[in-house]
Amino acid sequence: MNDLSQKELIIEAGRTEGQYWRDLYRYRELFYFLSWRDILVRYKQTVIGIAWAVIRPFLTMVVFTIVFGKLAKLPSDGAPYPILVFSAVLPWQFFANALSETSNSLIGNANLISKIYFPRLIIPASSVITSFVDFLISAIILVALIIWYQFVPGWRIVTLPFFVAIAFAASMGCGLWLAALNVKYRDFRYIIPFIVQFGLFISPVGFSSSIVPGKWRMLYSLNPMVGVIDGFRWAIIGGQTLIYWPGFLVSLSLVVILLITGIRYFRKTEKTFADVI
Amino acid sequence: MSDTVIKVENLGKKYVIRHQQNQRYTALRDVLTNKAISLGKKLLHPFALCSMPFADSSREEFWALKDVSFEVKQGDRIGIIGRNGAGKTTLLKLLSRITEPTTGRIAIKGRVASLLEVGTGFHPELTGRENIFLNGAILGMTKNEIKRKFDEIVEFAEIEKFLDTPVKRYSSGMYVRLAFAVAAHLEPEILLVDEVLAVGDAAFQKKCLGKMENVSTREGRTVLFVSHNMPSIGNLCGQAIQLSDGKVSITGRAIDVVHHYMAEFNGDEEFLPPSGSLLAQDEELDVTLFHGCDAQGLRKKFFTTSDKVSFKIGYRLKQHLQGLRVGLDFLSVSDGEVIFRSFDDDMIPRQRAPGPKEVICSIPSHLLKPGVYLARLQIGVHNVRWIVNGSVSEKITVELIDGVNKLYGDYRPGKIMPRTEWIYLESGRV
Repeated sequence: MNDLSQKELIIEAGRTEGQYWRDLYRYRELFYFLSWRDILVRYKQTVIGIAWAVIRPFLTMVVFTIVFGKLAKLPSDGAPYPILVFSAVLPWQFFANALSETSNSLIGNANLISKIYFPRLIIPASSVITSFVDFLISAIILVALIIWYQFVPGWRIVTLPFFVAIAFAASMGCGLWLAALNVKYRDFRYIIPFIVQFGLFISPVGFSSSIVPGKWRMLYSLNPMVGVIDGFRWAIIGGQTLIYWPGFLVSLSLVVILLITGIRYFRKTEKTFADVI
Repeated sequence: MSDTVIKVENLGKKYVIRHQQNQRYTALRDVLTNKAISLGKKLLHPFALCSMPFADSSREEFWALKDVSFEVKQGDRIGIIGRNGAGKTTLLKLLSRITEPTTGRIAIKGRVASLLEVGTGFHPELTGRENIFLNGAILGMTKNEIKRKFDEIVEFAEIEKFLDTPVKRYSSGMYVRLAFAVAAHLEPEILLVDEVLAVGDAAFQKKCLGKMENVSTREGRTVLFVSHNMPSIGNLCGQAIQLSDGKVSITGRAIDVVHHYMAEFNGDEEFLPPSGSLLAQDEELDVTLFHGCDAQGLRKKFFTTSDKVSFKIGYRLKQHLQGLRVGLDFLSVSDGEVIFRSFDDDMIPRQRAPGPKEVICSIPSHLLKPGVYLARLQIGVHNVRWIVNGSVSEKITVELIDGVNKLYGDYRPGKIMPRTEWIYLESGRV
């Protein structure tokens, strides 16, 4: 009955357990439960509930369309301006939400961290998943817009999951860094709102990145969200939108570096979370 | 294959304490300024020793645990006792992998579940039903496991009616019951429990203890149990480990360790009376001493039901007093009722010469119920006057360790709990 012959667990100082990834798999249901909790709790005692996930990006889209499309009359790459804006608002909102949620996730769950063991990676990861659920819900608006403008996306739409994956990796990478740093340095609590606020204007959300002068585009691509947003537009709008490939590759490799170093740094500091938090 | 499930070798955990800092976390600002200052110092004195930052007086190392080694066999129930700050919780945190040891090694065989707090991860906004699932998952149960035990958990917690109410509207009792019910239905091979039974009402505590006992005896599970509650350690655990100042000070049979712990407790300086001072003064008699003690007359405040509870009275008689009686009233603190009064001349008439005296009054073992008692000194001249009328008193505690009954740990009504004799007659029929 008792499988005592199973592997022995060794706990030692500074031991990097190969156990970790197996544990992560063993606790896989916790990803689900923590995300489920966050989603449930988020909309408890609200009147319109989950509709908030739709209203916020919708209003952003309306404002940006009016300001950048109607007032500033920026080029729309041949697509209706709302679709141009929304195909960027969607990944941006995902990234911004994930960033602010993950960075506070460890502190918000301090009671869990100091009282019980599980791979800590689950906490920020499930915050990203929670934001991803919001992302999926607000994607309904995109579908509605496409139907409303009777806009037919090309074959490139099938590549969209690839760009979603990059957005996911970017959110995860930045989120892990910020979450781990926030445990030790609470300053990040104040830094993140700035990142999110400025990022909205620095990233090509309200406009197409084609309006950025050619010589600056490489530098501009150092913002990992530029690659993601360009990719989204390329996949959804199709037609004349072109990806600036060198810049895209820079963004992509930056995302990969962020993710890997993020996981590394998180794993390194994770052991002390319970003592520091 | 040996049946050792936990093996701890030279385990140590060091914390660095920062003085003069209220925040528990570092501000980036401070780190940056410190870095800048040390860089500046390096630039100014390039040949100074690099150990500068470590000379910081605000940092102090503290070993919460040091050189702890022990082994636990499968199915053992181990109690861990010790004073506050002795390292009990740190030990559990290391065993459950919440934090990493600084030195040493732990080898564990089997699935571990730790219960350092009831209701870890409960979310006040969620309903009872939702929290059962959430808490279960956090404690390491799978979804199917929780589903299978759901009804059992709800029944154990006695909250059927409030299953769909957010737990923030629960009474604290309901909250604790629900939380413990989830935890009690865990099925790990090794269970680590910290002081969680301190919450909840007495009846529910009994239920939980019963459940835990069942779990370990019937299913061969290993339990490590931290508690300040000596009776529950005595009842529940076979073996015990006493920690003091981060080291193992004694291991052995639970009852022996508990006795050792309480003896140490009794030897505490905080209980020693101010020496040389008089407890009461009179023209004819001074009271110099009055305290609880063991058979040898050594000061003692904590007794078990199997101890003789004794009191030592010291007085100085200044002149011969006809009809002097030295005695005490014994009260239960919970209701303030006098249980009995007793005098030193009850059985034998006494003739006392002037001079210093010491006398010990003993109450037989296996008579008092567990509780807190007050002994009040009563000294007087018969039918003339009181010299001391209850103004000098001593409080003692009696605890139950071995249990009343060898088989069942049940509650006994009544004021006293004597060990009575039961003899069946040969002829049989009564």
